[in-house]
Amino acid sequence: MITLEFIYVLMGLLLAGITLVSARDRTNRKRWKNTAFWGMYAVTFLFGSYLPHLASGAMVIAMAAVAGFGGLGKGDPDTTTQAERVESAGRLRNRLYIPALLIPGLALLGTLTLKKATLRGTPLVDPKQVTVISLGIATLVALAAAVALLRPRAATPVREARRLMDTVGWAAVLPQMLAALGALFALAGVGKVVSEVTTRWIPLTTPFAAVVVYALGMALFTMLMGNAFAAFPVMAAGIGLPLIVGRFGGDPAVVSAIGMLAGFCGTLMTPMAANFNIVPVALLELPDEKSVIRVQVPTALILLAVNTLLIYFLAFRR
Amino acid sequence: MHWFVLVGVVIVIVGFVLRLNPLLVVTVAGIATGLAGGLDLVAVVEAFGKSFIENRYVAIVWLVLPVIGLLERYGLQERTRELVSRVHAATTGRVLLSYLAVRQITAALGLTSLGGHAQMVRPLIAPMAEAAAETKHGDLPLTVRERIRAYAAATDNVGLFFGEDIFIAIGSILLIRGFLEQNGITIEPIHLALWAIPTAIAAFLVHGARLLLLDRRLAAQVEAARAEER
Repeated sequence: MITLEFIYVLMGLLLAGITLVSARDRTNRKRWKNTAFWGMYAVTFLFGSYLPHLASGAMVIAMAAVAGFGGLGKGDPDTTTQAERVESAGRLRNRLYIPALLIPGLALLGTLTLKKATLRGTPLVDPKQVTVISLGIATLVALAAAVALLRPRAATPVREARRLMDTVGWAAVLPQMLAALGALFALAGVGKVVSEVTTRWIPLTTPFAAVVVYALGMALFTMLMGNAFAAFPVMAAGIGLPLIVGRFGGDPAVVSAIGMLAGFCGTLMTPMAANFNIVPVALLELPDEKSVIRVQVPTALILLAVNTLLIYFLAFRR
Repeated sequence: MHWFVLVGVVIVIVGFVLRLNPLLVVTVAGIATGLAGGLDLVAVVEAFGKSFIENRYVAIVWLVLPVIGLLERYGLQERTRELVSRVHAATTGRVLLSYLAVRQITAALGLTSLGGHAQMVRPLIAPMAEAAAETKHGDLPLTVRERIRAYAAATDNVGLFFGEDIFIAIGSILLIRGFLEQNGITIEPIHLALWAIPTAIAAFLVHGARLLLLDRRLAAQVEAARAEER
């Protein structure tokens, strides 16, 4: 059976390759920092399932220290010039899209078919992880197709992956680090304290006031935690269920479904939602860290108002 | 009340305001929160390691980098620009509006990994949106180019967030269902998913309208940026 572990090993091998390229790159003045950073990240993928959590945790903290003090560098990557790209685009034309479209195409196909596929009675892939595993397999097939089409030298795919990984840099690891922060917040009981503060200090005497505080609280707490999933249990247990549903008789389906979407409005406005707001800034090589958030704020604020009104008008419709 | 545990929240806010390295800020905030919550240092480091390892799946998107990097090396973005520049009806706003629709619909069908910043936005969507603007306004000033890219990334986010909750088996719907069940309320996922539809429509109208307005404002922004460069 193909499990997530298979995908993690693939990812670990890719990172190990990136580490090697980084170590051999004399054009990067900080090459040993890059090597250490990607090397430790590779280890968490290759051996993470077997290492004691203490060792993984120590490595993660060491990675943050490497990235935080002095930072990662960038070498002079071995890639093509603009003119060469225009020339090869003219030559290859639309064939260039075959590997690119194989990724979503096969990911879709795999998601739809692999769930029920069996080999001699055992499932072919772990049924709980079909989407992620399909995506992983799709990228492998797409890579094979790209290599067959373009016939690059053997190390070129890893070198090109290194070029892109260096533009993303430490931001690649941030989403996982934030998940770890969320776990510590939960262990320390941050949510409980926040909900105590909200309910103690804000008078909630009318249904409308309760809805407004609940929706705004979802957005604000999501901005703090970077994740509406963390905000939801706090706000729903603090205000949603006891007040809006319990005291004022609101519909719990409306309160929770649209409340979660009010939280998503917060996700659009916070650097803590790293994989949506910080990673693309790095990936698109934007100089201003907040440029994606800035263009999202108007949409987010309008939708937050819309969601607040939707809860108010739909939850008490009887 | 254990007010101390909020120290992590404070560190995160201060760190982002001072523009310190976020990876370091988050790590320090996590350690501080754990210690304030009464854990010892070993337990804090263990919690870090455990959660980091358990969440490795969020990094799977980086597996596409060899393919995307290789295709970029051979001119994928250049080919995309060339194709879009031939479609005269294409404007930045319309290109992004179409992507918003596709992203929302596929996410609503549970196909959340069909889009994304690494797989779609960098190699295809952002170059398409830039090329459409180039066809209209000629060579773009850098600030305008960056603005269009930011809009491309934002469109992927909005489409994903306000599409995926219509799908009954997505994480947030399952989380809500589990939470309500713990509190003695049983609701079928389909009922939760249905209530996500009004917001999905509103999101399409609001963000879509902003994308069409962007088309109008791009001309003025190109003018202004050029005047400033002179």
